[in-house]
Amino acid sequence: MRRRHFLTFSATAVGGLLVFTLDRQPLRVHAQSDRKIRVPLRFFDEREALLVSAAVARIFPSDATGPGAMEGGVVIYIDRQLAGPYGRDRYRYTQPPFEEGIPEQGYQGKATPREVYREGLVLLGQDFDRLTPAAQDARLRNMETTYFFRLLRQHTIEGMFCDPMHGGNADMIGWQLIGYPGPQMSWSDHIDQHYGKPFRPKPRSLNEVVGHQVKPGEEAE
Amino acid sequence: MKTLPRADVAIVGGGWAGLLMAKELGARTGLSVVVLERGAPRKTADYFEGMDELDYAIRLRMMQDASKETVTFRHTSKDRALPVRQFASFLPGTGVGGAGEHWTGITPRFLPDCFEILTRTVERYGAGRLPENHSMQDWGITYAELEPFYTRAEKLLGISGKTGLDPFEGPHSAEYPTPPQRTGYFPSLFRDAARSLGYHPSPVPSANLSQAYRNPDGIVRPACTYCGFCERFGCMVGAKAQPTNMLLPVIARHKSVTVRTGANVRRVLYKDGKATGVSYVDANGEEVVQPADLVVLASWTLNNTRLLLLSKIGEAYDARSGTGHLGRNFTHQATFRGVVLFFDRPLNRFMGSGACGVAIRDLDGDSFDHGPLNFIRGAYIGAYSRGHPPIGSFGVVPPSVKATWGSEWKKAAMDAFDCAANLGISGEHLAYRTNYLDLDPTYRDSHGDPLLRMTMDWNDNERNMIGFVSAKMAQVGREMGAREVVAAALPRRYDVNTYRSTHLQGGTIMGVNPGNSVVNPWLQHWRMSNLFVLGASTFPQNPSGNPTLTILAQTLRTADAIVDRYLKHPGLLA
Repeated sequence: MRRRHFLTFSATAVGGLLVFTLDRQPLRVHAQSDRKIRVPLRFFDEREALLVSAAVARIFPSDATGPGAMEGGVVIYIDRQLAGPYGRDRYRYTQPPFEEGIPEQGYQGKATPREVYREGLVLLGQDFDRLTPAAQDARLRNMETTYFFRLLRQHTIEGMFCDPMHGGNADMIGWQLIGYPGPQMSWSDHIDQHYGKPFRPKPRSLNEVVGHQVKPGEEAE
Repeated sequence: MKTLPRADVAIVGGGWAGLLMAKELGARTGLSVVVLERGAPRKTADYFEGMDELDYAIRLRMMQDASKETVTFRHTSKDRALPVRQFASFLPGTGVGGAGEHWTGITPRFLPDCFEILTRTVERYGAGRLPENHSMQDWGITYAELEPFYTRAEKLLGISGKTGLDPFEGPHSAEYPTPPQRTGYFPSLFRDAARSLGYHPSPVPSANLSQAYRNPDGIVRPACTYCGFCERFGCMVGAKAQPTNMLLPVIARHKSVTVRTGANVRRVLYKDGKATGVSYVDANGEEVVQPADLVVLASWTLNNTRLLLLSKIGEAYDARSGTGHLGRNFTHQATFRGVVLFFDRPLNRFMGSGACGVAIRDLDGDSFDHGPLNFIRGAYIGAYSRGHPPIGSFGVVPPSVKATWGSEWKKAAMDAFDCAANLGISGEHLAYRTNYLDLDPTYRDSHGDPLLRMTMDWNDNERNMIGFVSAKMAQVGREMGAREVVAAALPRRYDVNTYRSTHLQGGTIMGVNPGNSVVNPWLQHWRMSNLFVLGASTFPQNPSGNPTLTILAQTLRTADAIVDRYLKHPGLLA
């Protein structure tokens, strides 16, 4: 068994929103409280999680337009994906020979997403989370063409806008940012209304809509 | 290896075509029918928990497991093919219902002239206008012959639509069974702008019901709720026509029909020119022989072709000599999403259904004069409200924004998220001698069988046609009030990274004689009269619009031929 690792947030650092507790229940934490939140990690160790967290926060920053990947819990999302079947390439064709192809033939690498991250984190550098934002951006720009960066960027979008049951989009802040209401049973009364006007129903998560906990894919065998 | 008791009919594949054939045979004959489906069972109740973009639309929970079997791909026969290690440009289905569970429900009929494409093109423009290296051919049936079966398929599915608005559509012997779906904001803008520019917009025919409907089999389905989870999702209320909600309940009434899941057919067995059954690997990994008097392949374009190649039935196409027919005329609808419109107001795109939209056929087929143009044929063009899953949609920004991450990109992508939309251009893909399927010499599936190899590239006709149509659609976009219109070009080379559609055709094409095809116009194998092949693998080329309704119509026509004629006098149908 690997040693248990936790990512520790200070509630103020995450903008007074929420993260997830041990039993995956979303917990809203207010900025006034100064409590620490410890999120159990499944794949990363704490050091790695801090590096990834710092990197995704530059890809989708918290800024004047609203919260970003840090508040959305993107690192928690990525940690769970890498720990699950996707992370070990359960669904990708991984038979040899591995040959270098042309871009039109798609990703031909042998490395699993887990391996891509472990190698990518070395490239990112142990000091990444302690650099200034400008220095972080410069380092990421140097990595823009790597497969690791492509995955990191894609996973950041996934972690911002997935259903919260996957660990990201905490408190549905990603959906709130873009006015997406999540899965809901019916828009029959609205489909041909609101022409040209914003219609912004309050978002709901899948678990809220179906009334019970749905088992996410990352927890499959 | 074990051998099971003989069945009258073995059907390979439990998707639209296979289950429709099983239903017809179950209802109209006493034959024992076994449907062999390699995936898992499914039912509508499964989809209640399925409104999750990540697991379904991104991780592709309902699709074929590429780790076990994929295809290899190269551009030309001179290149080295490499495996498509994760599906992206098309998404093969698996499991009961197949891709018919997670389709959009867009159900146009093909334009009448597409069935006689070669004859009509030469008549109007001369043979000199046929593209270099083309291998286009007529289907061997006409629209008029297929029309009654289109009508029957529409009644079965309860298609929501309206005839008479599109001057290019073929004759309909009946109005659509249900009225069109309601129109979302974005397609309403397209409808009005297209009309003011002289086009003929009409509601997209939809298998997502506009109102509750009872079909001739007594199957009742409710109206669509416009939840926006159609494409890549199963319908949780059953408003979208799916094999599991329309065909399985009817099949269940007939004890003579069995649907066996986890049965991965690897070979069609035969002796003395007759199919004798199939062999498959069951869910426990055991080899099983299912003897049968009649074998029907309904396992989708790629697998139909592969099974015949692996079973060595018919002559494989040789691109160098041009001999053989099995594997040739492989096409992939030239779907193009490169005309993107940026508005200064929200579109509320999260609402809708897979087929909730408006389309025009003015630039489709031969609806317009190609005389002065540098291409033939055209595209089925539509604007849709089909839901707006944010992971797949986020990140569209105007071309002036060069950043792909960071604050500038984030703001631009957030601003554009619900204010930008693309027009859906489904371009016709002609058949060429250089685009084909065969077996890969290197890569194998989890059972050790060779993977199918795709050799495929775009040609000038598609590039020129998409360029022309995109420019016309940019005009429509400006008329719609978009503040910025982007019209990109079709990528020069075919790639497996960008989703286009799951509309692959060819490989086991139909035709009027064994000298130009694998199956006859009844979809019966020319060399093995007790072997039938269903689905888009029989289309000699891609005719722009979505193929499912035509697949169903052809399946019904073949079912009639089997029940009314073949069973009475087994042999090659004339």
